[in-house]
Amino acid sequence: MFGNILIWFVIIPIIMMAGLGVCRNSSMNAIRTVMTVCSTALLGLAIWLCVDFLGLRAAGETAEMLYTGSWMWYAPLNIELAVGVDGISVLMILLSAIIVFAGVFASWKINPLPKNFFLWFALLSTGVFGFFISIDIFTMFMFYEVALIPMYLLIGVWGTGRKEYSAMKLTLMLMGGSAFLMLGLLGIYWHSGPEGHLTWNILEISKNGCIDPSWQRLLFCLTFVGFGVLGAMFPFHTWSPDGHASAPTAVSMLHAGVLMKLGGYGCFRIAIYLLPQAANELAWIFIILTGISVVYGALSACVQTDLKYINAYSSVSHCGMVLFAILMLTQTAMTGAILQMLSHGLMTALFFALIGMIYGRTHTRDIRQMGGLMKIMPYLGVCYMIAGFASLGLPGLSGFVAEMTIFFGSFEHTDLFHRSFVIAGTCSIVITAVYILRVVGKLLLGPVQDEHHLQLTDASWYERFSTVTLILAIAGIGCFPNWINETIQHSFVPIIESLTQAAI
Amino acid sequence: MDYSQFSAMIPELIVLGIFILVFLYDTFAGSGARKADGILTTVLFGLGTVAIFFAGTVPQECFGGMYVSNSITLALKSILNIGVFIVLIQSLKWTDSDDMTLRRGEFYELLLATLFGMYLMISARHFLLFVIGLETASLPLAALIAFNKKHYESTEAAAKYIMTAVFSSAVLMMGLSFVYGLSGGSLYYNDVAAAVAGGEMSGMLIVALTFVLAGIGFKLSLVPFHLWTADVYQGAPTSVTSYLSVISKGSAAFAFFVIFVQAFGAAYPEAWEWMLYGIIIITITVGNLFAIRQKNMKRFMAFSSVSQAGYIMLGVIAANSIGMASMLFYILVYIFSNLGAFGVIQAIENQSGKLSMGDYRGLHKSNPWLAFAMTLAMFSLAGIPPFAGFFSKILIFTSVTASNSMALYMLVLIALINTIISLYYYLLVVKAMWISPEEPVVPQFRSALSERVGLWICVAGIVFIGLLSPIYQLLTDASVADAAQLFAWLG
Repeated sequence: MFGNILIWFVIIPIIMMAGLGVCRNSSMNAIRTVMTVCSTALLGLAIWLCVDFLGLRAAGETAEMLYTGSWMWYAPLNIELAVGVDGISVLMILLSAIIVFAGVFASWKINPLPKNFFLWFALLSTGVFGFFISIDIFTMFMFYEVALIPMYLLIGVWGTGRKEYSAMKLTLMLMGGSAFLMLGLLGIYWHSGPEGHLTWNILEISKNGCIDPSWQRLLFCLTFVGFGVLGAMFPFHTWSPDGHASAPTAVSMLHAGVLMKLGGYGCFRIAIYLLPQAANELAWIFIILTGISVVYGALSACVQTDLKYINAYSSVSHCGMVLFAILMLTQTAMTGAILQMLSHGLMTALFFALIGMIYGRTHTRDIRQMGGLMKIMPYLGVCYMIAGFASLGLPGLSGFVAEMTIFFGSFEHTDLFHRSFVIAGTCSIVITAVYILRVVGKLLLGPVQDEHHLQLTDASWYERFSTVTLILAIAGIGCFPNWINETIQHSFVPIIESLTQAAI
Repeated sequence: MDYSQFSAMIPELIVLGIFILVFLYDTFAGSGARKADGILTTVLFGLGTVAIFFAGTVPQECFGGMYVSNSITLALKSILNIGVFIVLIQSLKWTDSDDMTLRRGEFYELLLATLFGMYLMISARHFLLFVIGLETASLPLAALIAFNKKHYESTEAAAKYIMTAVFSSAVLMMGLSFVYGLSGGSLYYNDVAAAVAGGEMSGMLIVALTFVLAGIGFKLSLVPFHLWTADVYQGAPTSVTSYLSVISKGSAAFAFFVIFVQAFGAAYPEAWEWMLYGIIIITITVGNLFAIRQKNMKRFMAFSSVSQAGYIMLGVIAANSIGMASMLFYILVYIFSNLGAFGVIQAIENQSGKLSMGDYRGLHKSNPWLAFAMTLAMFSLAGIPPFAGFFSKILIFTSVTASNSMALYMLVLIALINTIISLYYYLLVVKAMWISPEEPVVPQFRSALSERVGLWICVAGIVFIGLLSPIYQLLTDASVADAAQLFAWLG
């Protein structure tokens, strides 16, 4: 069991928790050491996995999932601990590792109760990694919920503003989504195969392909809504602005950067892949909802004055785009969706890290009370601009590649319905430019609003470290998207196949 | 009479043996030596638990089939034993106080007597033996509830309990007399089952089912028969409350399963599935909605346990062997989670007398370990992974959906939505302990060794039971082994 590299993505966070367990609450250095060592190990392992995965693919390995392994867990109900990754999950793991790594440095001076903070943080990462490595829907769901619940305490204890309200709202809404999801998964399980051969394993369920169409429709709605809540799909997105605004920096980073991707990934891996017939039939309902998310999120961001709210609404818009692209059900659009997940994950994490750093200095997040920060803290200012440009889709950065691919893929549909929604979606790019440039202009350029701000210092070493990691990754995707494309292209084959089969 | 039949009753005999030993010791020991009552009972009971678990039984029926002993009854008895063992450990501090000197022995004797009654309920396959078990279990409980006799609430609670217990027994007897008529003069479960399967769906059967359901529903505090729960839980000494909430509930739930699935199995699709369907929905919902408003921790746990009973009943409505295994697993997990919560409540009550949720504000500053244990217990009760409560909930939901009936899917959906409501109030406790900015109300203290041991056992159970699947495997094997007998008459 321990010979499987994927298992270590769960074991390392557990070691992290055990390590924190033995640290004393007051010894900040010990806690930091544990966190740095373990998150570096995770990042290293993720990079190694990526390289090795590409090597295997280059060597002609064509299996759908690599590094597979399964261990029987609850035998009476065929529940297994089954792991395996394809290109998409490899990239998601890499993304999570990068953000966990950056998140540790972004919360270098967390206060109070640093030990407890990192304990919950580590539990959250266990859930995230576990979710991406699982191919058994029970285990997947378990890790999904493991990732959700620490948010309550992370926001409630270490957050700012209306934290109690936001934490409760976020937890209840996400758990509400997972209630629907659970029912959907139970339905999938009880229809997963012939009598006596029921299974929770994604690969086997899709191979059996024997879920009745009338059940598919119900289960598709349940699972898509379940994951869609986490993907901030309209009208279930309202937890996102409040939650992100109240969360501490590292938690916002991890939540917007990785956790919201769980929603998109789940829709893709479970709702679309396992229920292709219903996906073909019912995609239009969710295209309408996610289309609203895309435009409405962007428009809402235009009128906000709190930096975190702006970013939270922008996340609603961008994550809506991910789901929107997945629902187009074409390979190009889905590639774009994956690129968008990566791009948005990194860029939002960078945004939230920077907002946290700026807030830590100015003690305000209201853009009306700030201005000319470029003169005071040029390093942070430049980083903020880079993040902004990535968000509005400047070529050379990740956002451009992702959005281009999505819209190219979406235009493959020639009917009026798809066209009109794609055009509406395309407009969101313009709206994004409006709110990003508004913030950049107001916050970074122009006269200094508050004289006290002149005494503020620029980024310290750990802050630079955190941001540079993220910027490198953003530019990496923007300049070498081929690499990503190569990693993920195999993964779409079975999904597109099952979709076309179902359509006939 | 063939006296070798008694060898099938090893669990009962062991509990009876411990009872007699404790009684003799308490009667003849000097007043100083009597202080050791608690330790003695706990140790003996711990040994007894192990003995019962490993004694293993050949499945057999004795006394003409009145009493059965098989792997599933043994499994439940072992589960209850674990719970009683933890309750005994947790109550050591409370029984150690000076005003308990004269009554200490009684507490343990009464506790063992109720357990004996519950064993009979579990193993009974004849309604008379079942009723004897039920009465043996409930009458000593009334005395236990009144144990703090100087407290007004305690005696009031006991009065309420005895009234409802007697009333519900009367209702049950009424139902049984109908059953007696239906079956043509026999109260064996199998005879009743045959009569129900052979006869038409009659009004008399419906009446009988309703009365029996109401009678046992009182014990399980299913809504609308739950009205005694909150007051009794609040008034009883906390050790007794925790006993009442897990052990008494667990045994009644199992008896409910056996009676309805085995004796009334043929009436499942036409009659009691829908009765239970409605009862489960209102039990879970009403329990949850009332729990939200509670300020006293014991009342809060009372309503929480009302709603948990609804979840346990899901195993009955599933009426299959996975349902049986999942129900037992649920009871096991529920024992650890609930006793974890009651352990903290008790530790704080013993130390400072504080019982209100408001008093838990800022607890993590003064007593981080208690806050930690309580948080885990709340998460487990709410069904949050990786804690055990998640697994027990999911497994029981899985068993309900096994028949792929749309109505049962809807029931699971309602139950799932209710878990969100329950998450809200469980998080209120977590919020009070961790998030409220106020200074702690409860001062820092070191809890007694026994309390800490009890809590550690609970925490270990909460963390590991879900991850260790062999336990569930054991329960499934046990319920599959007895499936032929249990589900023989299921319509």
